[in-house]
Amino acid sequence: MAGHTGVAVTASTAANAQPFSAAEVAALRADFPILHQQVNGKPLAYLDNGASAQHPRSVIDAEADYYRHDHSNIHRGVHTLSQRATDAFEAARHKLQRFINARSEREVILTRGTTESINLIAQAWGRSFLQPGDEILVSRLEHHANLVPWQIVACQTGAVVRPIPITLDGEVDFQGFLDLLTPRTRVLALSHVSNSLGTINPIEKFIAVARERGILTVIDGAQAVPHMAVDVQALGCDFYAFSGHKLFGPTGTGVLYGREALLEAMPPWMGGGDMILEVRFEGTTFNTLPHKFEAGTPNIAGFIGLGAAVDYVQRIGLARIAATEEALLHYATAQLLAVPGLRIIGTAPHKAAVISFVVDGIHPHDLGTILDQEGVAVRTGHHCAMPVMEFFDVPATARASFAFYNTPAEIDQLVGALQHARELFC
Amino acid sequence: MDLKDLYRDVILDHNKRPRNFGVLAVPPAHEARGANPLCGDTLRVWVQLDGELVTDVKFEGKGCAISVASASLMTEAAIGHTRAEVQAQFERVHNVFTHHDAPLDPALGKLAALAGVRDFPARVKCASLAWHTLNAALAAADADQPAATPPTVQTE
Ligand SMILES: Cc1ncc(COP(=O)(O)O)c(C=O)c1O
Repeated sequence: MAGHTGVAVTASTAANAQPFSAAEVAALRADFPILHQQVNGKPLAYLDNGASAQHPRSVIDAEADYYRHDHSNIHRGVHTLSQRATDAFEAARHKLQRFINARSEREVILTRGTTESINLIAQAWGRSFLQPGDEILVSRLEHHANLVPWQIVACQTGAVVRPIPITLDGEVDFQGFLDLLTPRTRVLALSHVSNSLGTINPIEKFIAVARERGILTVIDGAQAVPHMAVDVQALGCDFYAFSGHKLFGPTGTGVLYGREALLEAMPPWMGGGDMILEVRFEGTTFNTLPHKFEAGTPNIAGFIGLGAAVDYVQRIGLARIAATEEALLHYATAQLLAVPGLRIIGTAPHKAAVISFVVDGIHPHDLGTILDQEGVAVRTGHHCAMPVMEFFDVPATARASFAFYNTPAEIDQLVGALQHARELFC
Repeated sequence: MDLKDLYRDVILDHNKRPRNFGVLAVPPAHEARGANPLCGDTLRVWVQLDGELVTDVKFEGKGCAISVASASLMTEAAIGHTRAEVQAQFERVHNVFTHHDAPLDPALGKLAALAGVRDFPARVKCASLAWHTLNAALAAADADQPAATPPTVQTE
């Protein structure tokens, strides 16, 4: 397999995990071809991993090798290529099942991404089981992908969406959640990690309360899965959604984990090939899980690439990834706070390596352009979380989001670029 | 590409001290709103007409330096001119934004400072929003748009 790193990997647990050393990071960076380029004459500092992460060579090669040697449609042919493609695709599902510790592959629905996963729940579960007046609690911190699908199904069913407040440091307010509970509360939609602020929400305690009351728990794990080990059984949630492209895998791939009994009880969402057993004009019987929710030809190559991405992060170790990113977060926070007029939005006690910030007198959009001229890629805007921007009364923020392959030197490059922006503007 | 081409002193100055920042009463003025949903910019533009003559323009809003400076420069360029002259200026500006190599028409005057956005395609929308919004306000005047529902322009 291509894409080997020079990093000696030892099994490590979260408690004793060490950040990667500078030499190890250098070796890991060698696995990511895209990182080694100049942008606007400066070395690229890719600090937009929250929007989409980059791919190690092993992922790129897995996709390309599949197209070179094994491509065919899956689940529908007896010929050799079809069998190989099916096996590779299902092997990827198996890796994903192990990765999040789902009980079985029947609980792992392969989708286009977090957005599709959540729409699937809202439509397949919500349209069947929500009644007029039922209440859907959605945290104010959510990405639009975990809000708008609920607004749509609320319109369709007469259910209502209620926002769970957030605290001034940007965490979902547990007491505020408790205060909102009523006998009509049916759904809790909550992000594990906020994409706009980086907050790691203490979702375990929200889930525990919801479970006790039979409230459906829908966790948006898009920003969590790339940065920490996630065990859906230990979390005890009903649904958990994430995207492949934030996990160093291809775009157009995603996962919906769902508890089997719930998935069994739900009608299909989309109809078509693959999701059926027998079709007659008099009536159709649907396929078993997980295929019941996978109509049509999926992104076969993409999931094979995602399987390779899972292999990659498991090989280098999520615990060490988390430790490395935490060190980057601390360094970046300290360096950024030293920039005059810079304010960090989102200061929760537990954060992933995401820093949203504003600088007095410089609009984030201008910052984005100036940083880009210095080779620094950050995201600027509302981060698909307009209610969060409204809460903090900012039109937008700049957001630096780190991955294990980022370096302190790149953070220095960011800070230097910010100084440059201040010289220009202030 | 040099940042100083984009952030010229004129632009920085108009961003810091926007001219004609404020509101006009509707009626007799006409209003339109502009939004750039991608970056969260919002803009309101008011225009006051006396027959064919633009007698006053004001704007309000939140936005990046490019959008604020463009709106501010636009108000200066429009006030005291006929609608036909404003339309001609709109077309010149639009041409600058959308044609990378178009020579700068001397009639642009101070507006030539906006030409730097051509090298930053992601920022053209920031610069053009105010102009589209002014156009919508002028159209609102023709349509006798009710004051309570000003037209809204969106860049996508
Ligand atoms: C927290 C969160 N939820 C949902 C999404 C949507 O993911 P996708 O666009 O891959 O469906 C994102 C990505 O932007 C995200 O960060």
